[in-house]
Amino acid sequence: MQPSNPNTPRTGAYPEGGLAFPHRDLTGIGRLERHEILYLLDEAEQWVELNRQPQKRAGLLSGLTIINAFFENSTRTLLSFEIAGKRLGADVVNMHAATSSVKKGETLIDTAITLNAMRADAIVIRHASSGAVRLIAGKVDCPVLNAGDGQHEHPTQALLDALTIRHALHLPRGSDLCGLKVTICGDILHSRVARSNILSLTALGADVRVCAPPALLPAEIEAMGVTVFHDFDAALKGANIIMMLRLQQERMQGQFIPSPREYRHLYGLTLDRFARAEPDALVMHPGPMNRGIEIDSQVADHPTRSLITSQVESGVAIRMACLDVLTRRARGVPGWARTAGGAA
Amino acid sequence: MIPRPITIIGGRLVLAEGEPRPGAIRLVDGHIVALGDIAPEPDDAIIDAAGKLVTPGLVDLGVFAVDKPAFHFGGITRAALMPDQAPPLDHPARIRFAAQSGKPDMWVHPLAAATRGLEGREMAELALMREAGALAVATGRHWIGDSGVMLRLLSYCAMLGLMVVTHAEDEGVIGPAVATAGEMATRLGLPSAPAEAEALAVARDIALAELTGAHVHFRQVTTARALDLVRAAKVRGIRVTAGVTPAHFMLSDLELADFRTFSRMSPPLRQDADRLAVVDAIADGTIDVIASGHDPRGPEDKRLPFVDAEPGMAGAETLLPLTLTLVRDGRIDLARAFDLLAGAPARLLGVDAGVLRVGAEADIAIVDAERPWVVSSEKMAASAGNTPFDRRPVQGRVTALFKGGTRID
Repeated sequence: MQPSNPNTPRTGAYPEGGLAFPHRDLTGIGRLERHEILYLLDEAEQWVELNRQPQKRAGLLSGLTIINAFFENSTRTLLSFEIAGKRLGADVVNMHAATSSVKKGETLIDTAITLNAMRADAIVIRHASSGAVRLIAGKVDCPVLNAGDGQHEHPTQALLDALTIRHALHLPRGSDLCGLKVTICGDILHSRVARSNILSLTALGADVRVCAPPALLPAEIEAMGVTVFHDFDAALKGANIIMMLRLQQERMQGQFIPSPREYRHLYGLTLDRFARAEPDALVMHPGPMNRGIEIDSQVADHPTRSLITSQVESGVAIRMACLDVLTRRARGVPGWARTAGGAA
Repeated sequence: MIPRPITIIGGRLVLAEGEPRPGAIRLVDGHIVALGDIAPEPDDAIIDAAGKLVTPGLVDLGVFAVDKPAFHFGGITRAALMPDQAPPLDHPARIRFAAQSGKPDMWVHPLAAATRGLEGREMAELALMREAGALAVATGRHWIGDSGVMLRLLSYCAMLGLMVVTHAEDEGVIGPAVATAGEMATRLGLPSAPAEAEALAVARDIALAELTGAHVHFRQVTTARALDLVRAAKVRGIRVTAGVTPAHFMLSDLELADFRTFSRMSPPLRQDADRLAVVDAIADGTIDVIASGHDPRGPEDKRLPFVDAEPGMAGAETLLPLTLTLVRDGRIDLARAFDLLAGAPARLLGVDAGVLRVGAEADIAIVDAERPWVVSSEKMAASAGNTPFDRRPVQGRVTALFKGGTRID
C-alpha cells in the first residue's frame, strides 16, 4: 500500500502568513506551486476532523456572504460548496443560471458586475466555457473559486482527490505523492477533472498515466508529464490508484465511440480488470457514475478498495479550507492583511 | 472638380523591383504621368517627401468591414470586401451598393458570395454580380464542404474568368474547434482541431482547380503542410495563389494564454513551427499576398469566454508595420514587401493599381519606414480595438496618402 518512496512529514515548510498562499483566486491548479497545493491539503485536515464531530459548525466566516454562481447544472459540487460555506458560518446564496444560448457572454459579465455590486465576500463559479471563471475573476473585487470551467479546470476536485489518496494511504500532513502510480481512464479530452488532476498529481510527484481511445485524448497531452495508454489492461499494470472518469456524452459533439456497450468492453472497470492493477490498488471516481459503463457496481461499491465516498467527504473539507484561506485577507487574519502594494 | 496636379519630390520611390530609387513622381487627373528623375511643372502642388518612401497605396485582399479611418491610417487605398456582410453580398444590387460605399477616397472591391447566403449549397448569380462590379468570388469565412458544389462553382468561375477566394479548413475535421490541437489548447481545455484540417481543404481545392482550370486564391494559408501543397501545385502550373495575414507570421498559439480573445482567429493561431513555415513561404514566393483580414469587433463580440467570442482582429493599421518586420529581418526586400501588400493583390483583382508605373492609378502613400510607434487597442483609428498586438512597439507609419491623385486628410 505504501508508495515505493515513503514520505516524511514536511510541516513547517510553508512561507509565513499570507505568503503561504499569495493568490486572490483559485482558478486552476496550473497557477499553483507544489507547496501551495500541499498547504491547502494540510489546511483541510482540521476540517476533516471537524466534519466527523456531531457539532460541525465553525464561526470563522460569520457575517460573510458567499455566492455560488452555477451557470451549469450541478448537484454534488454545489451541495459540497454550500455545506462548506455554512459549516464555516458564512451566509451562502446559490444562484442557478443554467445557460443554453450561445450568446450568453455579455450576460456573464453583467452577472459578474451584479454579484460584485452585492458585495459578495467570495464567489464560487461553475460555467460551461473554458476560461469563463478567469474572465469573471477579472471583473470582481472578491476572491473567486473555480468550481469547474468548461474543459479547463476543476481545482477543488483535484485537491480533494489528493487529500483522499493521502488519507487512504495514511500519509501524514505535508506528504506529497512521490512514487505513486496513478492511472486516469476515460474521456480525458472533455474532462476538466482530468486536467486539474494531472497538474496536481504530477506536481506532487506521482507517476500519472492516462488511458483512453485516441479520439478522447487531447493532442500533446504528454507535454503535461503523463504517459499515454490506449490499452486499459496495460495502463492498469502496476497502478496503485485508478481514477475513472465519467463518459460525458452530453459534452461530445459528434461520435467519439461507437456505443456505450463497446466503450465498456474496452474501458469499463470490471472486477476482472480491477484485478490486473496492484493487489491493493484503490479506485476513485469524481461522480456522477455511469454504473455498468465506465465502472461496475462491484468495483464502485468495493468495501475496502473504493474511495468514492471518501472523495465526497474530502470535498467538503477541501472547500472549507479554500474558502477559509481565500477570505483571510478580507477578514484581516494576522499575517494575511493586504500589504501596501496590494500583493496577490 | 479636377484636382491640381501634384508632384511629390525628395522621396525614395519603391518600384516593382530593386532598391528604392531617389526621385519624384507626378500625379495628374488621378493617374501617375511621370516618375523618376523629373521636375515639377509650373502650377503643380509640390509635396516634399523629405527622404521618406514613396510607395503604392496598399490593396488589401480580404477585409470584413469598410472602416475608412483604419484603412487610411494603414495606407490602404483599395480593399476587397468579403461577402460576409449582413446581409451577405450574394445579390447584384448589394455588390453595386458596396462598390460605391468607399468613394471617393477609398475604393471598395466587393467579392461576390459564391453561394446564396454563403451557405455552401446553391451558386449565387455570379455573372450578374460580375456585371455589377464584383472582381472576384469568395466562399466567405467558411469552406464549401460539398465537393460537388465546389466543382460546379469552380468550373463556372473558370468560364467567367473570376478568381475564387476560398477559406481553407475542412469543416468536418474542425467541428467546434476554436484552437489548433496542441499543448496550448490541451492545457486551456479549448476545443481544438489538428492543423492538418487546412492541408486537407487545400489539397481538395488544388485538385478541383486543376480539374476546372479555375483560379483559386487561398485567402490564408497558415501551415507548413498546406504551404507545401501550394508550392508543389504552383510548380505544376496549377492556377493557385495564397495569402496570409500578419497574425500568422508574427504570432503562435502561445498567445492564447489567459484565454485572450483578441488572439482568437480563423483559422486559429498555429504552433511556432507553422509560423516559421509561413515566413519561409513569404520569402520563397509561395505566398503571394499579405492582407489585413480587417475585422473590427467590439466588446460584445470579444469580452466573452474564449469559445463564445468571435474570431478576427482589427488589422488594417498594423498591416504595413508588421510586414516591414520581414524586411528588417532580411527575409524580403522592400520591393517584394509592397508587391505582397499592393502589387500582387491588384494583379489578382485585375485593377491597374498597386504599383508605381506611368499610367497607373495615382494611389500613393508616403511612408516613414523607420518611425517607431506603439500599437494601442485603446487608441486605434479602427471602429474597434481588437488587436493581439496591443502595446507592441512597431516601426513604419504612413505620413501622407493619395487616392486617385487627391490627398486624403
